[in-house]
Amino acid sequence: METIKIQGTDDTPGIIFDAENKIFQISGRSMPEDVTAFYEPLLMWLEEYAEIAEGKIIFEFKLEYFNTASSKLLLDVLMKLEEMFEDGKEVSVKWYFPEDDEDMEEAGEEYADIVDVPIELVSYDG
Amino acid sequence: MADNSLNDLFINAVLDFHNVMRSNDISLVYEGEITHSITKAFTSLTEKKMEEEEEEGKIQKKVFHVMVECLQNISKHADNNINSYSKDGRGIFMVHKGDQEYKITTGNLIAKEKVEDLRESLDLINSMNKDELKALYKKQIKEGHLSEKKGAGLGFIDIARKTGNNLIYTFKDVDNETSFFILTSTIKR
Repeated sequence: METIKIQGTDDTPGIIFDAENKIFQISGRSMPEDVTAFYEPLLMWLEEYAEIAEGKIIFEFKLEYFNTASSKLLLDVLMKLEEMFEDGKEVSVKWYFPEDDEDMEEAGEEYADIVDVPIELVSYDG
Repeated sequence: MADNSLNDLFINAVLDFHNVMRSNDISLVYEGEITHSITKAFTSLTEKKMEEEEEEGKIQKKVFHVMVECLQNISKHADNNINSYSKDGRGIFMVHKGDQEYKITTGNLIAKEKVEDLRESLDLINSMNKDELKALYKKQIKEGHLSEKKGAGLGFIDIARKTGNNLIYTFKDVDNETSFFILTSTIKR
């Protein structure tokens, strides 16, 4: 599968979807001008990947900021992972948050409540 | 001469603006169309300023959050006044910085038929405690679909949660079809 690699900007997150090396990352800031246009290709990629995915898959979220419009699309990403998990794939999520950012920590907890995929909250010195 | 007196009016207007801004501790004001690049410019400008003033990181994040949601509310939901030529997505945006708090205020035209629904959701949000807001947010993010204008219906809930304060609002009639909607969000320093 083709790798998606997008450099983060001040309003769009950095993306690495690399099936070959099994690196899956969404990081940085997310407030794209058109959220669906930004996330749609990622969701489609995940849909395709779900067909061929095997072994351990760790999906990393390391976001500094996301707006409410993005929060809905991030949930859509997590729901794709949930589907894979329910399909018996070994998928889990690492949700990184700066140790002093309670809001980002809480966002991770909330997603963990909503979707049925293991989400590990990991604090880092930010 | 006519030209001169017009000039005087203009000068007075500038002076008035200056005085009003100073006396209300308004650090940023804008009236016009709110675009994505305006949103980016204002948030980064305010961010830079807060950094220079060594504002606490936590507060900086909250101000940033609230600014983005407020600006996007205008760009997505401001209606034009059908009796004038103003465009959709236009409004006034202000940042006030006091000793105790930041206040983010927006004002925009809205179709009168939407006022009751809006009032209802704002009152509902204002009546809720932290846990109730959290539950509402979760419900909305799960059930809510992005509207035609790509809002997730989460903005007000998010502002209330991030600030921990009520959303202060008012509607003022403009004409038979249009109201002016003013919203102030407060972030304690």
